[in-house]
Amino acid sequence: MASASTVATRISKRVAIAVAPFIVLALVWQIASFGLPRYLVPSLVDVFWRTTDILTDWTQFRSALATAGRIMAGMIGAFVIGVALAFVMERSRAADKFLGPTLNFFQGIPALSWVVFAIIWFKGVETRILFIMIITTLPAFTFQILGALRGMSKDLLEMTLSFRPSRWKMFKVMILPSILPDILTAWRVNLGNASRVVVVAELVGATGGVGYELLQQQQLFDMAGALAWTLQLVIFVLVTQKIISGIETWAFKYRAQSERAL
Amino acid sequence: MTMTEPGSEARTVEIHFENVSKVFGRDEDGGGGFRAVDDLTLDIYAGEMVAILGKTGCGKSTMFNMIAGLQEPTTGRVEVKGRDPFSQFDWFRGQIAIVFQNDRLLPWRTAIENVELGLEMLDRPPAERREIAQRWLTKLGLAGHENDYPHALSGGMRQRVSIARAFATDASLLLCDEPFSALDEITANRLRDEFSALVRENGKTAVFITHSINEALQIGRRVVVLRRPARIALDERLPETLSRDEQDAMRARIQTILSE
Ligand SMILES: Nc1ncnc2c1ncn2[C@@H]1O[C@H](COP(=O)(O)OP(=O)(O)O)[C@@H](O)[C@H]1O
Ligand SMILES: [Mg+2]
Repeated sequence: MASASTVATRISKRVAIAVAPFIVLALVWQIASFGLPRYLVPSLVDVFWRTTDILTDWTQFRSALATAGRIMAGMIGAFVIGVALAFVMERSRAADKFLGPTLNFFQGIPALSWVVFAIIWFKGVETRILFIMIITTLPAFTFQILGALRGMSKDLLEMTLSFRPSRWKMFKVMILPSILPDILTAWRVNLGNASRVVVVAELVGATGGVGYELLQQQQLFDMAGALAWTLQLVIFVLVTQKIISGIETWAFKYRAQSERAL
Repeated sequence: MTMTEPGSEARTVEIHFENVSKVFGRDEDGGGGFRAVDDLTLDIYAGEMVAILGKTGCGKSTMFNMIAGLQEPTTGRVEVKGRDPFSQFDWFRGQIAIVFQNDRLLPWRTAIENVELGLEMLDRPPAERREIAQRWLTKLGLAGHENDYPHALSGGMRQRVSIARAFATDASLLLCDEPFSALDEITANRLRDEFSALVRENGKTAVFITHSINEALQIGRRVVVLRRPARIALDERLPETLSRDEQDAMRARIQTILSE
């Protein structure tokens, strides 16, 4: 039996290992900042104050929230459409033959091209951003969900089917729990992508948001500001990932745990 | 539909196979495809306990899936309770219960939640579901394991849960596809006895598919032996009690047919 103190040591050891790379990175940066000009490599102290400044000043924080909102809106939109497309593709060969290559083609188009198209096609800034966010996230979501549907256990599917469930019950009892792990993974992966696309999307004329603020910092040649705004996005992604992890731990508690790691 | 079973009183036909063939592959007419079931004709009566015996790959599961309405015959007619189980799939809700070769428990549900599955499909109220599921789990010796997830149960326990799941809906027709073949001999033996008793107690019609002669003789009151591709090679009703000599004779007969 491990005593409370050894458990505590083990936990603090884990935390130390988890944060170690960031500490090393920060140290290297900080040391560099002593020798290099401030406007190239600002001190982390400055970055820290700029970050707290953004977090505590409502007009600035609203900008960060706007970006988070755009990411979520785009992802939810892409997810809903992606689920619908995946179900259609799973059921119909023709739809699969048509949509598969189309989505693949879309995947090859750079985000910046969509920005240009969005500016030409749409008037409202938010409409443009939503369009860009959805269209860039949609292919991945669709393929991931389609893969999950195709990967469902045929044995379990037939077993459930043999009870003659209604469509809704089939979905609730069998399909959703089967594909949930893949859905959560898809959200994790696409979140990283979406957070990188959103700053580009905000170049369509947004007057707020991390992308807009970054552009301001570039014009002011303010490296500390650029870093602080970047951190806002990174923090948002990390927090959301943490929430998804929490859902995973809760939803998959039924899984067997191996005592030995891979 | 009422028919007369050869040599005894009138009984209801529960499962009716009429010149049924099943061909897998592109050519549906049997030209290039693979013939798994070949011109099979068979009637199974209400209350019968039929063991269907055949070597692996002879088309037993295919026949089973056609009764269950999961596959459609290529030619011929399959009727269950006078209806087509494939095209009238939903009509059979609550009428057929199945025990598969592997337990097929939903890994994200606890033992008791797995047993409740069929009752959920029948829209029974939650409290009633729980009570029925609990009763079946207890009957199968799984009291205390209600809230265990399948991964925490042994193979034998999992198969018991799947038997409980099949019995819980109280369907009159029970289909089993080699349910004990993945278990060790001692566990399988015990489950076979419990299973036979439950079927008799609850007055079910049971179709029991197996590749083991001993299992067929232990469980079936009627034994149907299939050739490959599936068509009938032997169809025998067994007396209530079989003397050791009679059993040996029957075993030898079946063995000869199977080794042809
Ligand atoms: N969906 C399928 N497609 C093609 N061939 C199949 C399919 N299902 C079964 N078969 C073939 O039909 C034969 C009988 O299979 P099956 O009914 O599972 O046999 P059994 O249950 O008696 O072992 C086997 O040779 C198998 O390969
Ligand atoms: Mg089989």
